[in-house]
Amino acid sequence: MSIFLNEHSKVIVQGMTGAEGTRHTTRMLASGTNIVGGVNPRKAGEKADFDGRSIPVFGTVREAIYDTGADVSVVFVPARFTRDAVIEAIDASIPLCVVITEGIPVHDTAAFWAHARGGPTRIVGPNCPGLISPGKSNAGIIPADITKPGPIGLVSKSGTLTYQMMYELRDIGFSTAIGIGGDPIIGTTHIDAIEAFDADPGTAAMVMIGEIGGDAEERAADYISAHVTKPVVGYVAGFTAPEGKTMGHAGAIVSGSSGTAQAKQVALEAAGVKVGKTPSETARLMRELLA
Amino acid sequence: MDLFEYQAKQLFRKYGVPTALGDVATTPEEARAVAERLGGTTVVKAQVKTGGRGKAGGVKIAKTPADAAELAGQILGMDIKGHTVNRVLVDPGAQIESEYYASFLLDRSNRTFLAMASAEGGMEIEQLAVERPEALARVPVDALAGVDLAKAQEIAAAARFAPDVAPQVADILVTLWQAFVGADATLVEVNPLARLADGSVAALDGKVTLDDNANFRQPDNASYVDVESTDPLERRAKEKHLNYVKLDGSVGIIGNGAGLVMSTLDVVAYAGERHGGVKPANFLDIGGGASAEVMANGLEIILSDPSVRSVFVNVFGGITACDAVANGIVSAFELLRQRGDTVDKPLVVRLDGNNAELGRRILTDAALPGVEQVDTMDDAADRAAELAGAA
Repeated sequence: MSIFLNEHSKVIVQGMTGAEGTRHTTRMLASGTNIVGGVNPRKAGEKADFDGRSIPVFGTVREAIYDTGADVSVVFVPARFTRDAVIEAIDASIPLCVVITEGIPVHDTAAFWAHARGGPTRIVGPNCPGLISPGKSNAGIIPADITKPGPIGLVSKSGTLTYQMMYELRDIGFSTAIGIGGDPIIGTTHIDAIEAFDADPGTAAMVMIGEIGGDAEERAADYISAHVTKPVVGYVAGFTAPEGKTMGHAGAIVSGSSGTAQAKQVALEAAGVKVGKTPSETARLMRELLA
Repeated sequence: MDLFEYQAKQLFRKYGVPTALGDVATTPEEARAVAERLGGTTVVKAQVKTGGRGKAGGVKIAKTPADAAELAGQILGMDIKGHTVNRVLVDPGAQIESEYYASFLLDRSNRTFLAMASAEGGMEIEQLAVERPEALARVPVDALAGVDLAKAQEIAAAARFAPDVAPQVADILVTLWQAFVGADATLVEVNPLARLADGSVAALDGKVTLDDNANFRQPDNASYVDVESTDPLERRAKEKHLNYVKLDGSVGIIGNGAGLVMSTLDVVAYAGERHGGVKPANFLDIGGGASAEVMANGLEIILSDPSVRSVFVNVFGGITACDAVANGIVSAFELLRQRGDTVDKPLVVRLDGNNAELGRRILTDAALPGVEQVDTMDDAADRAAELAGAA
């Protein structure tokens, strides 16, 4: 089993015919994702070729859903157009919208999040690698060949740390690995993923990866101690990050005494989460737990 | 990106927020000229992007233009919490009757915006929030609905502004919100917002943080970059579009992905405890692509940092396979050689993930001087720390 994405998922790509969209659509197809269409108003009615696979291009998300029954959209459109693209997907009531694009102004993300709130669309991202349910489907840019299906659920703010952790535990395998992104406002949170993993019969244990900035990890800790029955192992990056400096991700910043890695570690440990000091130690903790 | 007070107040003025604003000066003579032009009492204020400048002696009242020049002479060049004062703002003196507080900010936890306001000002807002939380109104603002007059009146009422100033405050909140949205800010703060002797309400100080992701549609942002206070290496890195932060250690770090690089800094710091307390010298994320040119630019910045004693290149091959990264390193050395730079510091390279074997073989075959490979992140961090500690 898996969360949010499975072998029945029908995926469309917004911005499929752009450079990034083309590159990653090719990769997603190669990893077995059922891509049923792309969206580009200027190329509506055309077909796009990906290594011999012909994928129809639709003018709108609504038309794509109507024609194909798509239930997942992956968004690669440039930052300046992302707000409108995501709002279009929300208005078409797509169940899952995965926003890969980075560098989106936070006022735009706040707007599309406010627009989605309370509706049927789950947003993952923005500025994220997407999610993969190994062996089933891959919506985004996570390399498909790192690992295999298995019992671990992974939720992470960071893309490369997601890959690193999948690699460390590649012999055990994952139900779903989801990169939620490092922006100040994101659609799907650690809590959302942890709640879904806890309810997923195919997930036995979870790894959550956090980083400096905001209080998402502290809130996840509260949620875990109140609701979660499966074991959770944690990792937090940025113990040595200086105050007031943005570390790559727009949301990764320690402000005064808030958002520190120390505070997150303390909160997680108080909730019974074993927190690794390094990625390799975190992987070791997971191995011990599943042994 | 944070703005200086004078830039924040210029922004306020642009959006119609009433503001007491004189002009900036970088010399005592300029300060005298501004004070002469303004007439009467003036306030000379250090322009630094940190709080507590009043306590540090960075804000003084000048009765005459000669006073303003003398005080500017004292304040210019001051060090306030590590920030050198390069300019002062000379503002018209204001007769303050009451001080208030108002701000709009990004509320990450609730994934929306937040208005904060208080009819009690004159105090650090963090202190007010702790000591008298009931006096600080916090009103969520819907990102789509924004702040119209009705919403502004709701905020002013929640903050218990007196009926004689509430209408003025509400009008100011509407314009302040327009500045917040118009400039793509993540914070606009007025502290104090003050009622003056003539009954008017105006922003006497301002703090603004802008969203760098909005630079593409905010042409003014480029002019706000504080070039003289930016670390020279950070400045050069920015020119080359590198995601670089200068730190105070001696192990240069290059990695791909913000999370992995943050993690690398931590792992190097832990390893450094075993090697005389060496620490990472920088954060540098070369991103998923990692072309030879990006790698060369990254190496060039790091190698030109005199405090760097060893370099740790930590790459997990995801989208970009390790063979491409290895070829990037080889080409980077060649590019550096062509630019006349020599790589005179030891490099520890860890390649893992997609095509790692192939990547390692490419580096082995290239036999670059000073480059050694270690297979795991922990061991590589330890080796880089050891080399820096021994140097």
